[in-house]
Amino acid sequence: MENNNNNNKSLKKSISKGILVVLGLIIFAYAFQVTAVDFGTTRDEVRMTSLTRVLRALAHPDLVEYETAELDVDIPFYLPCPDGETPSLPDNASSEPYITASAICGAAGETVTVEGYNFPAYVQGPLNFITASGVKKQLEKFQADENGYFIYEVEVPNRQPVAEAQAIRATVRTNIGAPMWSDNAIATWDKIIETIFIALLATTIGTLIAIPTSFIAARNLMVENTSPLTSVAFSIIGWLIGMWIGSQITKWLLVLFTPINESLLFSLVGAILSFGLLYAVLRWSITADDSEAPSLGKRIASITGTALSGIAFLILFGISFRAIGAALIEPLGALGFLPNFMFQVGEIIVMLTPGIIAIFFGAFVGSMLSKIGQRISDNMPAAQVKLVNIVAASLAGAAIFAIFGAGVEWFYQIGNPVKTFYIPGAVGGSLGLLLALTTTAKKAMPTGLIIYTITRTILNGTRSVEPLVMAIIAVIWVGIGPFAGSLALALHTVAALAKLYSEQVESISAGPIEAVQATGANQIQTIIYAVVPQIIPPYISFTMYRWDINVRMSTIIGFVGGGGIGFLLSQNINLLDYRAASAQMLAIAVVVASMDYISSVIREKFV
Amino acid sequence: MLEIKNLSKKYEGGPLALDDVSFEVKQGEFLAVIGLSGSGKSTLLRCINRLIEPTGGDIIWNGMNVTNASDDELRTVRRKIGMVFQHFNLVSRSSVLTNVLSGRLGYTNPAMAFFNKFSKSDIDNAHKELERVGIAEKAHQRADELSGGQQQRVGIARAMMQNPAIILADEPVASLDPVLAHSIMQHLEKINKEQGVTILCSLHFLDLVHKYADRAIALNDGKMMFDGSPAEIDDAKFREIYGKDAERVG
Ligand SMILES: Nc1ncnc2c1ncn2[C@@H]1O[C@H](COP(=O)(O)OP(=O)(O)OP(=O)(O)O)[C@@H](O)[C@H]1O
Ligand SMILES: [Mg+2]
Repeated sequence: MENNNNNNKSLKKSISKGILVVLGLIIFAYAFQVTAVDFGTTRDEVRMTSLTRVLRALAHPDLVEYETAELDVDIPFYLPCPDGETPSLPDNASSEPYITASAICGAAGETVTVEGYNFPAYVQGPLNFITASGVKKQLEKFQADENGYFIYEVEVPNRQPVAEAQAIRATVRTNIGAPMWSDNAIATWDKIIETIFIALLATTIGTLIAIPTSFIAARNLMVENTSPLTSVAFSIIGWLIGMWIGSQITKWLLVLFTPINESLLFSLVGAILSFGLLYAVLRWSITADDSEAPSLGKRIASITGTALSGIAFLILFGISFRAIGAALIEPLGALGFLPNFMFQVGEIIVMLTPGIIAIFFGAFVGSMLSKIGQRISDNMPAAQVKLVNIVAASLAGAAIFAIFGAGVEWFYQIGNPVKTFYIPGAVGGSLGLLLALTTTAKKAMPTGLIIYTITRTILNGTRSVEPLVMAIIAVIWVGIGPFAGSLALALHTVAALAKLYSEQVESISAGPIEAVQATGANQIQTIIYAVVPQIIPPYISFTMYRWDINVRMSTIIGFVGGGGIGFLLSQNINLLDYRAASAQMLAIAVVVASMDYISSVIREKFV
Repeated sequence: MLEIKNLSKKYEGGPLALDDVSFEVKQGEFLAVIGLSGSGKSTLLRCINRLIEPTGGDIIWNGMNVTNASDDELRTVRRKIGMVFQHFNLVSRSSVLTNVLSGRLGYTNPAMAFFNKFSKSDIDNAHKELERVGIAEKAHQRADELSGGQQQRVGIARAMMQNPAIILADEPVASLDPVLAHSIMQHLEKINKEQGVTILCSLHFLDLVHKYADRAIALNDGKMMFDGSPAEIDDAKFREIYGKDAERVG
């Protein structure tokens, strides 16, 4: 009985195995069909010759060129044979290169044997028919043997018959002088440098953004952040109000600062003064010893002071940097890239200032309201907290969804506020209401985990977009060139590195974090003193790894207009200039290999 | 100074690690917590400074209820409670001095962390604390270059930087050999006797409890089984705490 059972089982196993094998075969067969596998073409004569041609071109990268001298060796040829005596062959027995022909006159279509003597060994060149008016017609391409001899049968071309002698000419090109870098080599050099800098810029900027992002995307750091619904809802409302205030202030400030825009002196003096003020305020408000909580008055004064002087400094600093940079670009000539850098930094600051101000006010009002919410939740009876929750959560939900609706409106231009404003608002409001009704009034919500999940989702989404696709969009945004490539690679770097980094943060040992927290350190202190020392080696190693990838990526990002060597490479491939393309491939190989080596050396040093 | 009232902790999806634990710690006491592995000693100590959130009961610290303290309040409570760990929990890649200084973080403005700056007096005190535990010359070495006993001294120095009213020590000598264990326990005793710092210390070995503790409480499966002088732990009590089949060693 049991035996029978076993047999049944193994039969079933065999059958399922067989089905799997058949399935596998079918899948592979279909794959061949889909990918148009055709090994016949690989042996095709025509294709083999073109492959050979291209491979040979690739083996001769266009890197150096020589100045060349041309040597023409002629014999006269009459077309047709003149009346009377046939012209005799010129006497030739010198040691100079010369050519002979089996006949030196004839009609079109006749065959003539041409022989060459005393040419440089192995030399190549065209064998031309030169008409009386000097027009060339190539008869053959010759190549001399080791003795400088060649022999070819050529056909007399169909040309205007004239009485005077025309000519058959072998042209020899010889290189003279030292080799020089070819134009292609110089262009390759320029572009490979550009490529390396695209990678450098993308890696640096990407890393700088990825580091703080990775802390938000690390589960172990975020999981402890919880707060009650009241505080969360208040915080959301506070952020929105704060950012609105911030943008209003920016508008007002821009008007205020317009006259300063004109005067470099004024903005420079202003920048220095505001920096001094900022420094003084910070020195006054941040004391090393924090054992006594500062008074409310001092806190308000220091926050207002920091905000005012900080904003003034940002704007004035940006404006004056921009102005100084712009003024110095011309006079400094070749060093103009330095003031240009200054100009661009100023530009970045000016550009980011409204955002920074909005975020600053958002964070300030948000955290204030969040604290008030926390107080309410801690100190009021549950029933009242619930009531507050209902109002605040509905408001917050409505606001978030209305903003979401505005995003939809922007993308799809529906132009119907009922659909993109009121309905989302109502939906958000009722979701908030539902949340407030279903949660226990004072229960802590996993805010940290929510932020963690959102960050991870955004990072994963961004990472799954290929840098090449990002580059296409960046090219549309900022135009063809290395800037577009840098932007695309930087964005991809942020997403990829933040994920790798945050996985490192998640794998660090919890003991030191616990110990530092136990001393009363807050979250920032805990990160700096317990997390950062543990993650430095893997962070360096991942940054180098990414730098490596970015160099590789930046070599091909030019295919879609992202600057760098890929642009040149794709151009030459399209022009079928494989010798030129070969130089670029060589450069890429050299750079990638050396980056590989350098990054592995640095990684070993630090880990 | 510290009062634990009906404290309980249930880990998510886990057992009831603390079950209605109540006791009081008096100023200047050396109080030992004993119990089998898994009985809830670490959980108890970590609940006191809320490294673990208790699920029920109250912790009263100098008249203030720690269980519902805000973040700022918790910070001021924590900085008066030093903690020493079984596995030392030093930041291994940082210097010994930085590890000791991190005990001051509760008193330092968080913005200073960006500049990795401590006040002059903090740095002087850190050197003094290192001297007191006898490893002054190791200040600039990396923490993971030290032996286990030396690392635990750094842990004690770090806790002492907090100018603590109490030190929670979670099996501070469990990963050390017996000689080192006594030397670390003597340090704790000195701190207790000379500086009047209250010590709440979980221990595995009863001989250490007898030698150093004024009083002991015992946990079994999260429940309080005993609260009294170590001398009162006779064979019957011992079986009650450690189970019927337990044999006394040491
Ligand atoms: N993070 C956790 N999640 C779930 N259960 C946990 C967690 N930490 C501890 N426990 C459980 O809680 C109980 C008490 O653990 P605890 O670490 O407090 O014991 P202990 O007395 O310190 O033990 P030991 O002497 O081995 O250190 C054990 O049953 C343990 O499995
Ligand atoms: Mg334990």
